[in-house]
Amino acid sequence: MPTEILMPALSPTMEEGTLAKWLVREGDKVESGDILAEIETDKAIMEFESADAGVIGRILVSEGTEGVAVNSAIAILLAEGEDADAASAPADATPAAVPVIAAAAPGPEVPEGTSFRKQTVREAIRDAMAEEMRTDRDIFLMGEEVAEYQGAYKVSQGLLEEFGDRRVIDTPITEHGFAGIGIGAAFAGLRPIVEFMTFNFAMQAIDQIINSAAKTLYMSGGQMGTAIVFRGPNGAAARVGAQHSQDYAAWYSHIPGLKVVQPYSAPDAKGLLKSAIRDPNPVIFLENEILYGRSGEVPNLKDWTVPIGKARIARAGNDVTIVSFGIGMQYALEAAEKLAEEGLDAEVIDLRSLRPMDTATVIGSVRKTNRCVTVEEGFPVCSIGNHISAILMQEAFDHLDAPVINCTGKDVPMPYAANLERLALVSTAEVIDAVKAVTYR
Amino acid sequence: MVTARKKKTPNISADELSRYYKEMLMIRRFEEKAGQLYGMGLIGGFCHLYIGQEAVVVGLETIAKAGDQRITSYRDHGHMLACGMDPKGVMAELTGREGGYSKGKGGSMHMFSREKDFYGGHGIVGAQVPLGAGLAFANRYRNNGAVSFTYFGDGSANQGQVYETFNMAALWRLPCVFVIENNQYAMGTAQRRSTSTPAIHTRGAAFGIPGEEVDGMDVLAVKAAGEKAAAHCRAGKGPYILEMKTYRYRGHSMSDPAKYRTREEVQKVKSEKDPIDHVRDLLIIGKHATGDELKGIDKKVKAIVSEAADFAQTSPEPDVSELYTDILATA
Repeated sequence: MPTEILMPALSPTMEEGTLAKWLVREGDKVESGDILAEIETDKAIMEFESADAGVIGRILVSEGTEGVAVNSAIAILLAEGEDADAASAPADATPAAVPVIAAAAPGPEVPEGTSFRKQTVREAIRDAMAEEMRTDRDIFLMGEEVAEYQGAYKVSQGLLEEFGDRRVIDTPITEHGFAGIGIGAAFAGLRPIVEFMTFNFAMQAIDQIINSAAKTLYMSGGQMGTAIVFRGPNGAAARVGAQHSQDYAAWYSHIPGLKVVQPYSAPDAKGLLKSAIRDPNPVIFLENEILYGRSGEVPNLKDWTVPIGKARIARAGNDVTIVSFGIGMQYALEAAEKLAEEGLDAEVIDLRSLRPMDTATVIGSVRKTNRCVTVEEGFPVCSIGNHISAILMQEAFDHLDAPVINCTGKDVPMPYAANLERLALVSTAEVIDAVKAVTYR
Repeated sequence: MVTARKKKTPNISADELSRYYKEMLMIRRFEEKAGQLYGMGLIGGFCHLYIGQEAVVVGLETIAKAGDQRITSYRDHGHMLACGMDPKGVMAELTGREGGYSKGKGGSMHMFSREKDFYGGHGIVGAQVPLGAGLAFANRYRNNGAVSFTYFGDGSANQGQVYETFNMAALWRLPCVFVIENNQYAMGTAQRRSTSTPAIHTRGAAFGIPGEEVDGMDVLAVKAAGEKAAAHCRAGKGPYILEMKTYRYRGHSMSDPAKYRTREEVQKVKSEKDPIDHVRDLLIIGKHATGDELKGIDKKVKAIVSEAADFAQTSPEPDVSELYTDILATA
């Protein structure tokens, strides 16, 4: 009985991949464990082994095909003695749609006539680092797997080759230690970019980030600043459980002496990271694994930067203000689209920076719409949404026609089971419900 | 004790010896005064005195070169005085005044001087160790020949980040002298009760970092060991560990009654191993100085300390506007 060989999922967030190379041909006999193909995921090129013995009857997806959806058939395996013709060829695997961030339209910072290039968030971050490293030799990148491995999430791809191992430095798995070394190097005037493989692991280093990086300028009476960027993926990926799925936006935003940014779109990722690297202060740059592969239109400008501390109105509207940042923007924008079909016109604000926060833009919008819903992936207690609610109470109380609702992740450690994980995360449906509640629909 | 030590010190000039004497005495008198001001309520919070350990920083500062950095824990007054920071600025920081090194915003545990390459003054036990290695990282990155003197105590030596740092410092051959000031008590816990193996200088062995034990009460022994360690770093051979066996006469901080050790133990060290008495004896026995000359030095030191104490009491408290300055740097 012919069996289908399916496109494998080779990373927690992989939804599709590229069939980089076939290592077998039709008619080849294979044993279980033989390498069939090389598959390029969002993270790396992986070898793909056969699970069964048999003969390759038909190859359904040719080499070099991009966007092959996980679980689509890529080849037919025949049992010994079976005829290739016995296997009726199923329809060609259809490439999965690569999500393009809907509202990646840049803000007013882009001069008229600028051309754009479609880039993933991953590429945008890489380019931001490379461009800054070209202009300032004091900038270096350190972290786990940033050099030879090209980044655990392929973010630092090509940087070792361009800048060498003096400036692109693989560290041992010792976050507390290398964060401290980075901060010490910043005290001495270098400009480190410290990559955490994920911000979950930065918990090991959080004493250095807060007690050494954030406070030293103040404690030294202004003498000793720390120009450093801590960056890496933050928040939930997919199905990686409680210890690898946490949003630290509120944690770092609590700390005076830090700047905190969390971009959603590719152009913002690039422009904000360039600003972060130039900033004379410690900047926490929160990325997201799921967003790395999303594309956006990045301006073709020689020096594209986005100022830290400025929100962007991602969608203009009059009936309600939805405030979000990072991956929360996905739910905010989806909700806004669906609400529009029901005649509700939402204004969506992408905060982009959490500290300093552009509260003026939020207040201004709420004064117009008189209603506000916040959306974030983090835990509900002492959240960014709580902070915005407090500010609106103080600054826009008379303009509010309904209590502000905070849509957040649930107040539970992230569960592993797919259905529970979906429930634990904030959802578009919850945002829609919240908007209906504040608009009394 | 003194006679046994003096044989090792033939090649030291009278000028040098009296300079060490003066610098150690400066730290001691400064700390005594700080203790006094604390008792008067003029210094608040935590105040960790360096009395007894003076030979360590004075000995190492004799061999530091321009561009070398130093960084330490919260027991930092001695390090600042030894590297040439102004006693007035240090004392005024202790009293939380505008004229302090951090404009009164850091306090005893958090002081810095860019000018003197003094990088703090850190209040979290062990945190200065990776930071100091980071300074060494910058030296290596710039290939500038400078060395980072990274001080920490026998208490810090049990922190995990120290060993993360040892690994990277050795791996990347960072020019860092790790100076372990083993004063034998991690706050109130004696070393034998906190530390599985007493020879802390051997703790780099697993990382290939050479280390040695030094008589930290003997400024000349400290100097000789420092020369060797710094030369090792400057030659590109990576870090070096010096375990300075020393002793603090006072409690961990001003609020420590020091019930964990006997009066006799402290008295014995004071009478047999005092680092300042040692140099004074070398000066007298070697006929380099008379008792009157030494009294003259003492008088000068007292005048400087007294001036610092006056400044620390007359310098105003920081302007209230300082509450909101220096939180973020402007480009």
